[in-house]
Amino acid sequence: MLAATYAIPDVLVFAGATLLILVGAVGVIALKNPVHSALSLIMCLLGVAVAFLSQYADFLAAVEVIVYAGAIVVLFLFVIMFLGVDKSKHPHVEPLVGQRWLAAAGVVVTTAGLITLMASSHWVGGVVAASTGGATLATGAGNVTQLGDSVFTTYLLAFEATAGLLIIAVVGAVVLARRERPVEDDTADDLETEEVDS
Amino acid sequence: MTIPVSWYLVLAAVLFGIGAFGVLTRRSALIMFMCIELMLNAVNLTFVTFARTLSDIGGQTTVFFIMVVAAAEVTVGLGIVVAVFRRRASTSVDELSELQG
Repeated sequence: MLAATYAIPDVLVFAGATLLILVGAVGVIALKNPVHSALSLIMCLLGVAVAFLSQYADFLAAVEVIVYAGAIVVLFLFVIMFLGVDKSKHPHVEPLVGQRWLAAAGVVVTTAGLITLMASSHWVGGVVAASTGGATLATGAGNVTQLGDSVFTTYLLAFEATAGLLIIAVVGAVVLARRERPVEDDTADDLETEEVDS
Repeated sequence: MTIPVSWYLVLAAVLFGIGAFGVLTRRSALIMFMCIELMLNAVNLTFVTFARTLSDIGGQTTVFFIMVVAAAEVTVGLGIVVAVFRRRASTSVDELSELQG
């Protein structure tokens, strides 16, 4: 039935991306070992990259794999290894009574609300798309050109602000992760000398 | 005919829900960060979908900036996790219950 309406390759790509995304996402929240969660996150991000590719966002798909699945998840894994694999010791202890059920109920209500909002809104049906009349998005190298033009003309101020943000983030991370100076040694020496003096 | 917009939007909404559920229920700060990444990716997927349906590159540009902000957020957040771990020897957020104003 679906194949009659939509092209079979498109449906297969969408199904594959959906499978990768959902299995990866469930794996992130269900697996006990943080390393396994990080690997599930990579799977989910690869699914998102496939979904990007099938929607003419070629550059973003490449960035998704390189920056997200590459840099960010490797940073996660580095911190997990640095701190030692820290399995949650009491996974069934609920400090807040009924938190899990309340969370599930809230999430179901939110997701259902989002989907209902989409189903009832006019901008999903393509009415706006027909009225904009803009040029279609290019794929491949054309996508990179379009995105670059947009970033360096319309969004130039935001792009420059990003540079400041990254500098602040790097400096902040260095300050946070730095070990504090051993001040205790000096005070201990002072105490010892005082005791000797008295 | 290409895949309709609503399929991707529903997928993004479900992904956002899974991420939100993880943030609300998991105890480890590291897993909570990963779930925040899931939610960010759901929003990214929505932006790319609307960029396609509205034929507007602005949606993809926004995703580009979201990725930069996510990278900065993860850097600082993991720095905080490491700093907390040094004091507490744990990444569980329940251990930080006295961290209040």
